[in-house]
Amino acid sequence: MSTDTSPDPGITAEVADADRRRNRRVRRLLFGCTSITVLTTIAIFAVLFDNAFQFFTDERFHQWLIGMAADLTLYFPEQRVGLLEFFTDTEWRPSHADDPRFGIIPLAAGTLLVTIGAAFVSIPIGTATALYLSEYATPGTRKYLKPTLEVLAGIPTIVYGFFALTFITPVIVGPLGALFGISVGRFSALSGSIVVGIMTIPMVASISEDAMSSVPDELRNGAYALGASKYRVSLSVVLPASISGVMASYILAVSRAIGETMAVLLAAGYSANLTGNPFDEIMTMTAYMVDATRSTMTVGSVEFQSLFAVGLALFCMTLTANLVNDYVKRRYREVYR
Amino acid sequence: MAQTDSLITTDVSVTDRERTSRPDETVVRADGLEVHYGEERALTDVDIDIPERKVTAIIGPSGCGKSTFLRCVNRMNDQIDTCRIDGDLSFHGKNVYDDDVDPVALRRKIGMVFQKPNPFPKSIRDNVAYGLRVQGKTDDVDARVRQALEGAALWEEVEGQLDSSGLDLSGGQQQRLCIARAIAPDPEVLLMDEPTSALDPVAAAKIEDLIADLAREYTVIIVTHNMQQAARISDKTAVFLTGGELVEFDDTATIFEDPDDQRVEDYITGRFG
Ligand SMILES: Nc1ncnc2c1ncn2[C@@H]1O[C@H](COP(=O)(O)OP(=O)(O)O)[C@@H](O)[C@H]1O
Ligand SMILES: [Mg+2]
Repeated sequence: MSTDTSPDPGITAEVADADRRRNRRVRRLLFGCTSITVLTTIAIFAVLFDNAFQFFTDERFHQWLIGMAADLTLYFPEQRVGLLEFFTDTEWRPSHADDPRFGIIPLAAGTLLVTIGAAFVSIPIGTATALYLSEYATPGTRKYLKPTLEVLAGIPTIVYGFFALTFITPVIVGPLGALFGISVGRFSALSGSIVVGIMTIPMVASISEDAMSSVPDELRNGAYALGASKYRVSLSVVLPASISGVMASYILAVSRAIGETMAVLLAAGYSANLTGNPFDEIMTMTAYMVDATRSTMTVGSVEFQSLFAVGLALFCMTLTANLVNDYVKRRYREVYR
Repeated sequence: MAQTDSLITTDVSVTDRERTSRPDETVVRADGLEVHYGEERALTDVDIDIPERKVTAIIGPSGCGKSTFLRCVNRMNDQIDTCRIDGDLSFHGKNVYDDDVDPVALRRKIGMVFQKPNPFPKSIRDNVAYGLRVQGKTDDVDARVRQALEGAALWEEVEGQLDSSGLDLSGGQQQRLCIARAIAPDPEVLLMDEPTSALDPVAAAKIEDLIADLAREYTVIIVTHNMQQAARISDKTAVFLTGGELVEFDDTATIFEDPDDQRVEDYITGRFG
């Protein structure tokens, strides 16, 4: 068993060493890029939470932690804005000189009003568009319509805002309000709903259409062979078979509507009314954040820190939408063999 | 299958006698049928008389137009833009390509089972009831569903789980579900396009057994690439060869034991490409 006669047909680790090192470097690079998104998400959440903590108490979360660690006693920081007030007070007037109030309900209601209204626009129209593109349109028509949808999706949201201000409000919402004897101002929740709804149609249409087109033709043929007509095949076979993708598109559209800012600001306004009347001006959570950052406030003041509290609430809402999306995808996924 | 002959004729009720008393009445007849996909010809001058309540097998090498022929019968070719049909294909003497024929109405008389089991992503009950609902047969749905599942030899296996998804069944069960779905609205003809080729041998054997039973009530036209299967289950066999030509059509026994055409003999004995 002498080592000098050991055979070497060129299959030892040494040969592939350089390759392996390069492989390792590439893997680290790719991992590094991937971790940027993860770290950013964590950092955003940390900053929001740290600052929102100061909104409710008299210090930042990390300061409080350090303080506790220093003298090893558990103490509760002094309250500035109570959680109860934040979640139950029905008024939002942070810059009121004598009696500032921080109830998120009007803002959350504004966001929900716009979101739900938008869903009433984007879901039916988007689904119908998807069905048309996937089941009815000829390849020629589809070739022109799909890119048009994508253009619609690519328009900057501020442009939609101007569209609301100069068209939707005066031409659609104004006359509609007049019909009910209501005079509509420059801003209204309804305008916000319509414009956000229109903005999110392409998202619903395009994701739903992808889901519908991937329904295997065998299913359609099965229904046709039973004497089903086209509309019935579309509604009773294609739609149910693509439901997980279709639902996902709805949830993405809703989550986009929750976070939508510029168009909503120009369409729905920035006056924190708690109202169910769609012709009233309202303020969404995002609109407040834009409005507040434009005004002069002291860093660290309650008003300034309220930005982070609202931001954190917004973050939680969209996060919830994403979790629901994941759940729906898993729950409704059908396996075709 | 010659025994089933007498079975059918003795079974028949008086009202049906007129239609079925002559054992070889033609249900589907092709006369000079030609099919093109764009410029490419898929069927060449096909003449065939398919008898009622028999199993007619269609065999031939792949690409010879078997599926194309089947899709002509219930006009599923309408779904294909490039497809052009010349000549006659008649159902009970009526050309199905006449202007006044509604393919939707035609398909209510002619059911179809596909190569790959294709249950809808719905419950077993809703799968079977689909054709009934489409065709407006909404009375006694539960009874009809049960009857169809029994007819497809699936009832005993799914009796307690009619509300679970059809997709949860095994491949062979799915295919029998598709057969139940096709027979639930009580068509006259059942088209089957290689219904066992995606199944394991045990599941395939179950379906073969079932086909013999189905022929008591329905005219079955089955495409298969499996010659043993054709020999086992069919009364009549049509042999298509490359180019979309119907080379020979006769009693199955004749085709397999004493074919007229040399090319058929070559194909049967495996000497044909
Ligand atoms: N949808 C279609 N479009 C164009 N050509 C087709 C289509 N379906 C079948 N063909 C052509 O028609 C011929 C017969 O096909 P098919 O009927 O599927 O044969 P088989 O079922 O015997 O294998 C083949 O040459 C095939 O390429
Ligand atoms: Mg075929």
